[in-house]
Amino acid sequence: MAADPIHQFRIVELFPVAHVGNAEIAFTNSALFMFAAVIIITAFLVLGTAKRSLVPSRLQSAAEISYEFVAATVRSTAGHEGMRFFPFVFTLFMFILTVNFIGLVPFTFTVTSHIIVTAALAITVFLTVLLYGLFRHGFHFFNLFVPKGVPIAILPLIVFIEVLSFVSRPISHSVRLFANMLAGHITLQVFAGFIILMGSAMGAIGWVGGILPFGMIVILMALETLVAFLQAYVFAILTCIYLNDAIHPGH
Amino acid sequence: MAEPKLNTSTEHVPAGEHKAGFPPFDAHSFPSQLTWLVIAFVLLYVLMAKWALPQVGGIIESRQKRIDDDVAEAGKLKAQSDEAVATYEKALADARANAQAIANQTRDTQAAAAEARRKTLEDELNAKLAEAEKTIAATKQAAMSNVQGIAEDATRAIVERLIGVAPSDKAVADAVGGALKRS
Repeated sequence: MAADPIHQFRIVELFPVAHVGNAEIAFTNSALFMFAAVIIITAFLVLGTAKRSLVPSRLQSAAEISYEFVAATVRSTAGHEGMRFFPFVFTLFMFILTVNFIGLVPFTFTVTSHIIVTAALAITVFLTVLLYGLFRHGFHFFNLFVPKGVPIAILPLIVFIEVLSFVSRPISHSVRLFANMLAGHITLQVFAGFIILMGSAMGAIGWVGGILPFGMIVILMALETLVAFLQAYVFAILTCIYLNDAIHPGH
Repeated sequence: MAEPKLNTSTEHVPAGEHKAGFPPFDAHSFPSQLTWLVIAFVLLYVLMAKWALPQVGGIIESRQKRIDDDVAEAGKLKAQSDEAVATYEKALADARANAQAIANQTRDTQAAAAEARRKTLEDELNAKLAEAEKTIAATKQAAMSNVQGIAEDATRAIVERLIGVAPSDKAVADAVGGALKRS
């Protein structure tokens, strides 16, 4: 049934690609929208700036703003050394932002509404932080879990809490994005379902009454647009903060 | 901020769908999603890192460089104009000082010349004055000697009339000279 709010999250296999053991690898609607995002982002940045104008056009200006926005975020949270991770953070931010925005278009699919995707991204960040931290600082990296100036009596407890919070980072990092996208789209679908429900149940009066949930959808769309941007930004800035720990574990 | 939304989403799970298929938790689709996510993400990363970001960064950098160059150029021109102004003002000050010097010199020369003229004139006048005083003194002397002659004559006549004897010229001259000296 069309009003089912979960229907929109269904993975549809477009064509199978391979079988690895028991697992089936197929090209799905999710993959389609991932590549759509890749193409849109690349076109936006490369074609938008193709003229290399000194005085930028609107599109070039937008591309430059996205560049400078992410660069400023990285520089302010992870310092100048953090700029080596700028392409990584930029890719994360633009990918999440674009799939979030694509998901707002009716009849599309929201890639980030699947926990496996956000978890994979969060674990990539987690492993990057862990490996770079160990590679860069060796065992000094674990100073991250030992704050300075803590009395020795409660130090084990503090270290335990620090380790726990570090390990739970990928969980909160991924669930935050996933849950926001999921909940937002379910809410939109539920309100849209009300319109159909009222229209089919009460005829003409129902369609008039449908104005109310429709108004809600308009408001929610604005909210979800904000959330789509905000969650991409939050994901990116948390990545920067975690990377900062890998670069400067001393404090 | 995630927590309340998470709750609403989990509430919807049993309500919205039959048990088997809440798609985000359907492990059957995980291998496909992960595979394509890795491919898409790595592809996007390479495209960004090797192509798009250097291009955009290059544009921003070249613009910044252009702005910096222009600012530097403007600074150089400003320094030049400042220098020109300084030179001009120095020239003006020099000319003013020069004019002042010429004026002072002229005034001094004029004053000296006037002083010299005044002095010559004064000397001349003093000389004339001295001459006039000499003339007056000579005239006075002459007059005085005339007075003595007249007084001697008168004395002789008075003495002759009183005592009938004419006194000697010497005695009269001594007496008159003494009286004149006393007066």
